[in-house]
Amino acid sequence: MPKIVIDGREYEVPAGITIFQACELAGIEIPHFCYHPRLNIAGNCRMCLVEVEKSPKPVASCAMPVADGMVVHTDTPLVHRARRGVLEFLLINHPLDCPICDQGGECDLQDLTLFYGPDHSRYRENKRTVADKYLGPLISTHMTRCIHCTRCIRFLTEVAGVEELGAVHRGEHMEITNYIEAALRSELQGNVIDLCPVGALNSKPFEYRARPWELRKTESIDVMDAVGSNIRVDSRGNEVMRILPRLHEDVNEEWISDRSRFAYDGLRYRRLDVPMVRRGGRLEEASWRDALRAIRERVAGLSGERIAFIVGDLACAESMLMVRELAQRLGCPNVDCRQDGARLSARHRVEYLFNTTIAGIERADLCLLVGTNPRWEAPLINARLRKRWRMGGFRVARVGAAFDLTYPVEDLGDSPEVLAAIADGSHPFAAALARAERPMLVLGMGALARPDGAAILALAHRIGERYPLLREGWNGYNVLHTAAARVGGLDLGLVPEEGGRDVAGILDGVEKGEIEVVYLLGADEIDVSRLERAFVIYQGTHGDRGAPVADVVLPGAAYTEKNATWVNTEGRVQRGRLAVFPPGEAREDWKILRALSEVLGCPVPLDDLAAVRRRMAEVAPTFAHEDTIQPAAWARFGEAGPLSPQPLRSPVEDFYLVNPICRASKTMQRCSAEILNGQMPEERRLAVEVHIV
Amino acid sequence: MLRDRDRIFTNLYGEQPWHLEAARRRGDWDGTRDLILLGRERIVQEIKDSGLRGRGGAGFPTGLKWSFMPKQSDGGPVYLLVNADESEPGTCKDREILRNEPHKLIEGIVLAGAAMGATHCYVYVRGEFVREAQILEAAVREAYEAGLVGRNACGSGYDIEIVVHRGAGAYICGEETGLIESLEGKKGQPRLKPPFPAAVGLYGRPTTVNNVETIAVVPTILRRGASWFASLGRPRNTGTKIFCISGHVNHPCTVEEEMGIPLRELIERHAGGVRGGWDNLLAVIPGGSSVPLIPKSVCDTVRMDFDSLVEVKSGLGTAGVIVMDRSTDIVRAIGRLSRFYMHESCGQCTPCREGTGWLWRMMERLALGDAEPEEIDLLYEVSKQIEGHTICALGDAAAWPVQGLIRHFRPELERRIEERRRRVATRAAETVA
Amino acid sequence: MTSAPSKKTPVGVMAPDVDRFAFTPENLEKAREILRRYPEGRQQSAVLPLLHLAQAQHGGWLPQAALDYVADFLGMPRIRVYEVATFYDMFNLEPVGRIQVRVCTTTPCWLCGSDQVLQACRDVLGIDVGESTPDGRFFLREFECLGACANAPVMWIDDDYYEDLDYGRARAVLEALKRGEKPKPGPQSGRCGSMPAGGKTTLLFREE
Repeated sequence: MPKIVIDGREYEVPAGITIFQACELAGIEIPHFCYHPRLNIAGNCRMCLVEVEKSPKPVASCAMPVADGMVVHTDTPLVHRARRGVLEFLLINHPLDCPICDQGGECDLQDLTLFYGPDHSRYRENKRTVADKYLGPLISTHMTRCIHCTRCIRFLTEVAGVEELGAVHRGEHMEITNYIEAALRSELQGNVIDLCPVGALNSKPFEYRARPWELRKTESIDVMDAVGSNIRVDSRGNEVMRILPRLHEDVNEEWISDRSRFAYDGLRYRRLDVPMVRRGGRLEEASWRDALRAIRERVAGLSGERIAFIVGDLACAESMLMVRELAQRLGCPNVDCRQDGARLSARHRVEYLFNTTIAGIERADLCLLVGTNPRWEAPLINARLRKRWRMGGFRVARVGAAFDLTYPVEDLGDSPEVLAAIADGSHPFAAALARAERPMLVLGMGALARPDGAAILALAHRIGERYPLLREGWNGYNVLHTAAARVGGLDLGLVPEEGGRDVAGILDGVEKGEIEVVYLLGADEIDVSRLERAFVIYQGTHGDRGAPVADVVLPGAAYTEKNATWVNTEGRVQRGRLAVFPPGEAREDWKILRALSEVLGCPVPLDDLAAVRRRMAEVAPTFAHEDTIQPAAWARFGEAGPLSPQPLRSPVEDFYLVNPICRASKTMQRCSAEILNGQMPEERRLAVEVHIV
Repeated sequence: MLRDRDRIFTNLYGEQPWHLEAARRRGDWDGTRDLILLGRERIVQEIKDSGLRGRGGAGFPTGLKWSFMPKQSDGGPVYLLVNADESEPGTCKDREILRNEPHKLIEGIVLAGAAMGATHCYVYVRGEFVREAQILEAAVREAYEAGLVGRNACGSGYDIEIVVHRGAGAYICGEETGLIESLEGKKGQPRLKPPFPAAVGLYGRPTTVNNVETIAVVPTILRRGASWFASLGRPRNTGTKIFCISGHVNHPCTVEEEMGIPLRELIERHAGGVRGGWDNLLAVIPGGSSVPLIPKSVCDTVRMDFDSLVEVKSGLGTAGVIVMDRSTDIVRAIGRLSRFYMHESCGQCTPCREGTGWLWRMMERLALGDAEPEEIDLLYEVSKQIEGHTICALGDAAAWPVQGLIRHFRPELERRIEERRRRVATRAAETVA
Repeated sequence: MTSAPSKKTPVGVMAPDVDRFAFTPENLEKAREILRRYPEGRQQSAVLPLLHLAQAQHGGWLPQAALDYVADFLGMPRIRVYEVATFYDMFNLEPVGRIQVRVCTTTPCWLCGSDQVLQACRDVLGIDVGESTPDGRFFLREFECLGACANAPVMWIDDDYYEDLDYGRARAVLEALKRGEKPKPGPQSGRCGSMPAGGKTTLLFREE
């Protein structure tokens, strides 16, 4: 380990790191704009200059590797002169529009100007103005503010794998642009807003709506996919104003997907905010008392076998536990948290977890994707796969529909038979799998939510046994969920009991008149038209698909409106926190179910959140361990059977519209129309026409 | 004065044809096989002993540069890049080599390539030199057909492929890592160093970038011996050099002379003297636009080599001598260079992107006297804020001419400001009256 | 300056903006030959030569369709080609006159009278810097140092340099071009290359 001297003190630092990183380790802050630890080094802002003895010029610390015996000074007149000079250059063409700039209050340029900035401008020439660029519905641009750090370009190129931003022209005419004036096509693009050190790239939906210092910041968990991205919910009054990523190295690093970031406006629209009861064919507002009574009237005396619970994709573990408890008390065996009909059992955790873990992807050397499009199902897992690919020595193959995942993928075909051939060793890919050190298999819902899902699961099991997927300290068998609620639901055993019905069975039962009451806990992804004959209770947040067919609507709390638990696809238990209150009469979900149990005369004796969580941990001990991975022991799963000739394909057909919140979000609708379906928005069409004329 | 028989570029003016047969008559490709067979170490040692320093501007010792290349081949390609992106204002020497002496360059490539274990050579010719590139391409074809390059070059067992690559108009591609980037099909934005090209260069492979003239003198040095080359000029400043003399001289020209020739002798003997006589001289930019100017008083005695010019706070650079007589608007002349650097800044790093434009705008106003006297200091400070703070040397190159101007012509700047002030005051008084 | 936008853009007489571009069979052949100069997997290196080729084929400028074509031809992201095409001075991204007249105005040429050369261009062509003639024949622009300083001032017209100019010589060259003639490139003073105009001072081989 090289020894270097920084500001008069000697440090021993790891070889190969930069002076900048060494200073960080030494607790010395170096001002910077272009440097970002997760991006390639650009060395272009020149703010991080330090003095290195025996070097004739100041050195860009972000780009210079340490060498043994190096003597670095970060606090000399030369260094300060250099920094002041660079800062002055950045400011001469930077507009003085801080008062109306969205970045105000969280701007690196503003902050550093406080320390190094001149108190007046010596620049007498005209300032440069740069035309704003159109980048689509998510990012607004103020290019005159751009300081050309190229973080945005590097992020899209390196992390997102979408090479659509660049810097055109040269010298002082250099401009960041996508050149074609059309929406960026990355599902991670919102991250460039966070990366931009100034106010050049802003959140279009958030712009001019609030100042950062007036926002209440609540640390929470995202539910837009099963990754469990760590987020910060910024709110003002009782409104969510924006959502930002929070650092979690093992989950989302410091990124979030555009769905996680921008779907929040969906929390404002189509909300269920009062209980409703169907009277004379129409849903009418009702009091909580009347609504719960209406349920009692229909359920009272009904055998549990004639009742069913279907749990949706966004449900929190607390509400799911209450479903479990209530169903047990009603003697109802028909409970299912698998809206899509995924053929997963709740018997062994190993069967349904992403056992490799997200961070573990970086240790894999081969990956076989089966029936999944991780880019749309879990953009951050896809980003992790891409990150692994960029490190080199990573082979990815796929059984399923082709899709650009931003890294090379070998397509082996889209028939389950390919998987069978791999499982019995007759497929050419088998050799690669056998040779791999740490191979991983990723089963998507596209492979499991189908009639032969259990057979495919069995094939995956065979692959796990036949190839080196399981080794000391390595489990390469993975299920990639799409629903935030799913692992928690399986952990709590929300699958039909012996003799109970799954979702398909419930729907059949309704049509046959064998199921009379269906309780939908935020379940909107089923064929609700088949529920016509049942008495439907919909507890949830949005007037999406389930509520319109309901007889009683109970308004619940969205993920930003409750203290609640989710378990991500890795099996990681994480807690979301209440950022704003549920709207109107809406209530936290576990409390609604608790109240209902009371009204139905079978009270669940859990009276506060702590009690609910204690019970959760009794049912599934994993709930006692927040934010840790409990490795799951290998077990038998799956059921050999005939394979369907149906090709394997991802269940996500539209990245932007996967759940009730997204579907209510105008931003997400716009993204779907413009980014996926190429529809130019009206105002844009007008702008282009004016330009042509 | 250098004797004609010590001149390397005997067809500098293109009086004879450039082609292989004529080149052979001039002595090119004579015994090249044996020179290659001297082996890497011997060739590098000869070049070190000759004292040859890079002719592209920086003057880095050539033999030393070659010795940075990996000694052992790992089986992958190793690149020699010839920098023919000649764009430094005041410089037009490589053009003469490309169009009149292409075989000296090609033979030099074979020998330099052999000395560094290069497997491939790209000659990066500036895009504007369309005809020059055509001639070089034709000469390379001739050399291939004659078995002088390619597999088993000159029958020596050494293989080297040569490709001529044209740029498209960007001064910064003359910076060695900008050139590499450009050759990789990107914008010519210089790279951060380290790593240096000898370790990670073109396509991530070991690479050396040399100027045209540097490579083109190699065959003659090897043929006539290091001691011959070293006997010309003085230690650390050896050999011959092509000088380009432009501006206010009676007979602008390029000429090969001995290193260390007095500037005055160079101008008077070869360029027909300063227009209007030596006393009509105002200043000279002695080494291409990137070096600070020197006033007449310095020109009187200075010698044209690396160390002599550094002593007078300028540099030999590319040896492009720009002569300005007393009729010159010196502020405009330097201001035009500021515009050049602003235009050619790649835009990558802050001080150069923002600073070069600032310099130019101030120079424009100063040319008219439209400034406060303090702004002369500001101009100097801004140039200092650029210098030494950029990724590549373009920042320094933009700063130095301005600094040279202030160093030697501050009274002229002050005079203009004062004059304009008086003019404005008079006009105001007249208006009031 | 950088990618000087043409102020007058006569429509119809210059190579048109197109939404589709493809190399002619001959150029396709050339493009394939160019590709072979660079190692496998490094096709991007051919981007400058291919843009030169495309620009020559398309009457001296590059519509976006041509940039996209070259990008797709080389399998590189389109934005990277946009970056390259806007970075280098020789690419025109707007319609320009077919004969490109580029006058060097950097200090060595300026000292020797490039202002007069520019004036000659304005007078003969009737356009200013950055403009094309209404008939689409000529495009006039300033260029940075052309690297022929000992033969200053210099004009670069299409592929050739015209050197040792003054107002009259520049006029003569342009007028000849206007008449459809091809004036002889090189020093218009009649001297040989960059030899001193007063006669050679070296390479006389008198001592031998």
